[in-house]
Amino acid sequence: MKYLILIHQNFGAREQFASFTPTMQASALAAYQKLNADLVASGEYVSGEALDADTSATVVRGSEGTYVHTDGPFAETKEMLAGFYLVDVASRERAIEIAERIPEVAAGAAAIEVRPVLTYDWPEQ
Amino acid sequence: MTDASDVEGLLRAVAPRALGALVRRRGDFEDAEDAMQEALLVAATEWQVTGPPHDPTAWLVRVADRRLIDSWRSSSSRRRREESLAFDPDPGPTPTRDDSLELLFLCCHPSLPLPSQLALTLRAVGGLTTDQIAHGFLVPSATIGQRISRAKATLRGARFELPAPADLPERVAAVAAVIYLVFTEGHTASSGASLDRVDLADEAVRLGRLLLALVQAHPMLTRQEGEVAGLLALMLLTHSRRAARTGRDGELVVLADQDRRLWDRALIDEGVTLITGALSAAPLGPYQLQAAIAAVHAEAATAGDTDWREILGLYDLLVSWAPSPMTRLNRVVALAMVDGPAAGLLALDTAATDPTLIDHHRTHAVRAHFLESVGDTSGARAEYELAARLTHSIPERRHLLARAARLA
Repeated sequence: MKYLILIHQNFGAREQFASFTPTMQASALAAYQKLNADLVASGEYVSGEALDADTSATVVRGSEGTYVHTDGPFAETKEMLAGFYLVDVASRERAIEIAERIPEVAAGAAAIEVRPVLTYDWPEQ
Repeated sequence: MTDASDVEGLLRAVAPRALGALVRRRGDFEDAEDAMQEALLVAATEWQVTGPPHDPTAWLVRVADRRLIDSWRSSSSRRRREESLAFDPDPGPTPTRDDSLELLFLCCHPSLPLPSQLALTLRAVGGLTTDQIAHGFLVPSATIGQRISRAKATLRGARFELPAPADLPERVAAVAAVIYLVFTEGHTASSGASLDRVDLADEAVRLGRLLLALVQAHPMLTRQEGEVAGLLALMLLTHSRRAARTGRDGELVVLADQDRRLWDRALIDEGVTLITGALSAAPLGPYQLQAAIAAVHAEAATAGDTDWREILGLYDLLVSWAPSPMTRLNRVVALAMVDGPAAGLLALDTAATDPTLIDHHRTHAVRAHFLESVGDTSGARAEYELAARLTHSIPERRHLLARAARLA
């Protein structure tokens, strides 16, 4: 079963991270590297990326045959979609367990959204 | 020129025997499996041009053995292994010994996580490539590759032999469980004729046939034969309905509404013969009971002719044998077909106290169906809609929403 794990960072979390001492930054990055390595090793990792700031986004909308592009965040929110993991795991519980290992969570700097992926397969009767 | 799919079929048929022989000869499953994958790739292209060799298994063992020796020679562990390479340079003709069963037990080793057992079995025994397995499970090749290499690392030092007699029933059951998971998890919807798009359900049936042949040939496994035959019968009977399971627009067609002329009679006959033989000869078990239930459905000319009393009796046995939440839920459905939807609703309330059933979409779909039958249209609609929200399968969601819309 695949789950998309979305990392919604609190507003200003990246500025806060930038203000950390190099040692603190290194330990947070090491926690991420360990998580990545563990997921790859367990064969649960499908993909994952960190995303640039929401201010760098282009939002595309269509109406009456034309497309409108606007620069900047998709929506004004208190959180920013900062990155994601796509994992293939045995259960929702396991996906949640992975979500809890995302370093920002323990620091109270992010909310993680765990979303099941829809399938196109036919259920057995 | 030989047809690519003929070559593919031949290769996959001889792959487990060839790998078994190579592991027996060189004693290193991890490297032997890699070498055999390379040999299979060479054969896949070469045999299309030259035609298959006289002794395909011996050819594969010879080519894989050469690759294995080359890789050992170039690796740092050279000195350690040089002695074993010094003699016996040519593996010769196909060894008479068949190690496919040992290979299956190794791939379904209890020390491995289930997804790894599936991937390893499909590659080492099924002769599939990592890419083909990845396509089947709809995950990247790297994910499957990692599962396989990690599994092989875990198995380092595991002995290539049959388990102790006391462990045999459990280990055969583990192999059967892996094969059945391949069957149920295979995304049959994405299959096609292309070589990359292997149908995992077909592959599971093929592995089921292999396991049954191996178990039948082994004097110590007589008591396991019934359940392995039951597993194969269950897969054949389920598979026989495949063409009827989806409508013209790809929508889900439930058992009661299926066009039974689309059922594959050859598969049904084979499945019914197998399960009938097993039930009369072997100790009973959950696969045989599930196959027997599928056989009762298969033998009903119309949905209305279904012998639900017989099915309920089989579910009662199955619940006492393997009391899983889904089995209990299916038993409630059978009970309602015998005693009516009101009795079904009562039984469902009891069954649904199980934590895995309480929020399961199937529980709500079943309740919706019962409510619809007793004439509670608005209650049924709400339950269909709730079930639709809870499932993660798009065809099933569409089906449930259509049922709800019909009651609007």
